[in-house]
Amino acid sequence: MSRISKPEELMKINYRPPKTGWMDTPVEFRRGTWLYAAKPKSLEVLELPNPREWSPEEEDWKLPENWKEILLQGLKERLERFRSLKLFLDICVRCGACADKCHFFLGSGDPKNMPVLRAELLRSIYRRDFTTTGKILGKLVGARDLTVEVVKEWYYYFYQCTECRRCSLYCPFGIDTAEITMLGRELLGLLGCYPDWTVASAANCYRVGNHVGIEPHAFRDMVEFCVDEIENITGIRVEPTFNRKGAEILFIAPSGDVFADPGIYTFMGYLMLFHEIGLDYTLSTYASEGGNFGLFTSHEVMKRLNAKMYAEAKRLGVKWILGGECGHMWRVIHQYMDTMNGPADFLEEPVSPITGTKFENAKSTKMVHICEFTADLIRHGKLNLDPSRNDHLIVTFHDSCNPSRAMGFFEEPRYILKNVCRNFYEMPENTIKENTFCCGSGAGLNADENFEMRMRGGFPRANAVRYVHQKYGVNLLACICAIDRAALPALMDYWVPGVAVAGVHELLGNALVMKGEKERTTTLRGEPLEGKGKREGEMEPGKDDA
Amino acid sequence: MKLPQVLTDRKPEIIARWFHLVVSTYPPDTAKFLLQEKDPFANPVGQALREGLEGIYEGWLKGVSEKELYPYMDRIVRIRAVQDFSPSKAVGFVLLLKEALRQELEPEIKKGHVSWEDLEYAYSLVDRVQLLAFDVYAKCREELYEIRVKEIKNRVQKLWERVNKEITGEVRPEDTQ
Repeated sequence: MSRISKPEELMKINYRPPKTGWMDTPVEFRRGTWLYAAKPKSLEVLELPNPREWSPEEEDWKLPENWKEILLQGLKERLERFRSLKLFLDICVRCGACADKCHFFLGSGDPKNMPVLRAELLRSIYRRDFTTTGKILGKLVGARDLTVEVVKEWYYYFYQCTECRRCSLYCPFGIDTAEITMLGRELLGLLGCYPDWTVASAANCYRVGNHVGIEPHAFRDMVEFCVDEIENITGIRVEPTFNRKGAEILFIAPSGDVFADPGIYTFMGYLMLFHEIGLDYTLSTYASEGGNFGLFTSHEVMKRLNAKMYAEAKRLGVKWILGGECGHMWRVIHQYMDTMNGPADFLEEPVSPITGTKFENAKSTKMVHICEFTADLIRHGKLNLDPSRNDHLIVTFHDSCNPSRAMGFFEEPRYILKNVCRNFYEMPENTIKENTFCCGSGAGLNADENFEMRMRGGFPRANAVRYVHQKYGVNLLACICAIDRAALPALMDYWVPGVAVAGVHELLGNALVMKGEKERTTTLRGEPLEGKGKREGEMEPGKDDA
Repeated sequence: MKLPQVLTDRKPEIIARWFHLVVSTYPPDTAKFLLQEKDPFANPVGQALREGLEGIYEGWLKGVSEKELYPYMDRIVRIRAVQDFSPSKAVGFVLLLKEALRQELEPEIKKGHVSWEDLEYAYSLVDRVQLLAFDVYAKCREELYEIRVKEIKNRVQKLWERVNKEITGEVRPEDTQ
């Protein structure tokens, strides 16, 4: 019979992790935490370097022979091209203000996810090869040699940053660590080290027009499917048009809304709204993607993908572009488009044809956010809404990182929500608006092979949802981003079961009273509306035959 | 003094020691943060550890059922099941309660208020809690795989519904699940 261990024996067990410095702690590629390598065909489509079959798990990453020279030359070029990069690399005093603001650090506990340390991964190389003190004093001043291990470490950690920019809010110098991540990824890209999820999506978008890679006829078919569903629920057949020249407005949504659950209900909401107000708009099967995975790949790819939306707007001769509920699409439009492909002076300054409101903020990009457009319609009393149709929902709102921190876009979606549903509760102040926590899957991380990592990164967001779920019974997390709609359901299933995820325009679609509609018996998801659509002879609860 | 009384009287000290030992399973910089930051939303892992350890200790002391202990264990293990821990390290934090008990009770043992045999009995009760941690861990990992499959299905679900509607003229219930 085994005996219970003596306490003295137990004392010999050391539970503490080794205290190695960050430079001496190599990366371990454990499955569930990293992204698969890009397939050569995707790199070839985008004309990116070093297409080959490889895997981060393998010892040999099949880097080009002169990989070191390529990287250092690439860094040199970028230091000259982006003054911000040089500034960000030089001015950090390692005060630590950003350290505990990253959702990946909070969820994983891995110190290399502290934004300051993630930036040090690149900064240490910059010091060694581009500063005099670093060249002379080396490790003493935080410099280190560029080795293959460093490249591997970059791949691991630059793809554990969702470029959400929460850390940048707290930096007293205004360092934007997302920019460092973006350039770190670009440098890796020079060696052909891209993850499949981002580059395959970007290649699809470049070749076909959307990230999912759905051909024009299939895109049209899926929209028709939405039209059928809307008719089943409302009795009204909406009639979207495709590639129609001379339409007033080109509408572009993230493709996730057309193909994926639950984004598709948001897409139905858009179509219902446009029909109801009689909007003169068209969809495009070529510019069938609002998202831009180029943002996660390189500046050049971002520019190419962004250009197609404007080329299509020009070809169709529309006045301006209306954009759907997307996250990073709006960062690209708001912060990069104008100097990258703009100004779009062949389009007109956007004016709502229904209310006459001029969207002066979109004067240069000519692209208006649908929440802004819809909030304006509600403000002018142009929509007949029955919020009681959403009474089964107790709603909270997740501010998507890009619209909130890249656009300062806080109130419009809340204004819509408060008009289309009657139970709305905010999450704690330090987790919303500009302080919002990322879903943990943005910036090309929403693959399935890194599922565990996503659960870590999303934990701080889920923790705040858990709070309102327990306190107010919140059962719906509303958002205005297609990646959120794809990523948050899984996050909720793991951390806060019982909370569903929906786009704001899905809830609008539920509440929208359309002219000539039949009595609604279900929500857009086909769930029965309480007290409505009972079959003949069916009893109401609590009533008997007498 | 009897052991149960000591364990009750020293509850805050024992939990604090246990908490300290558990956060020390993280790298030093992280451990420092987990200990210091008190805002539950700025430090969600630290908060979960505090709530979980306190709940487990209280339940353990009262000898409550596994069902009652489960939510507290789940609060911690759910997190460690997705962090960079091997399975044994993810659930091994329970055993650190033994270390916390030993550290806290050593003076009492020296004074003769508590015997080594008492402590060993308490250790055996910790082992039972340890077994529950295994169950929670296994359940969390099963859930992870199930959710991952569900997510993959959702990505193309509408396409399947559409395809089947073309073929059969109706949406089959199995396509929507």
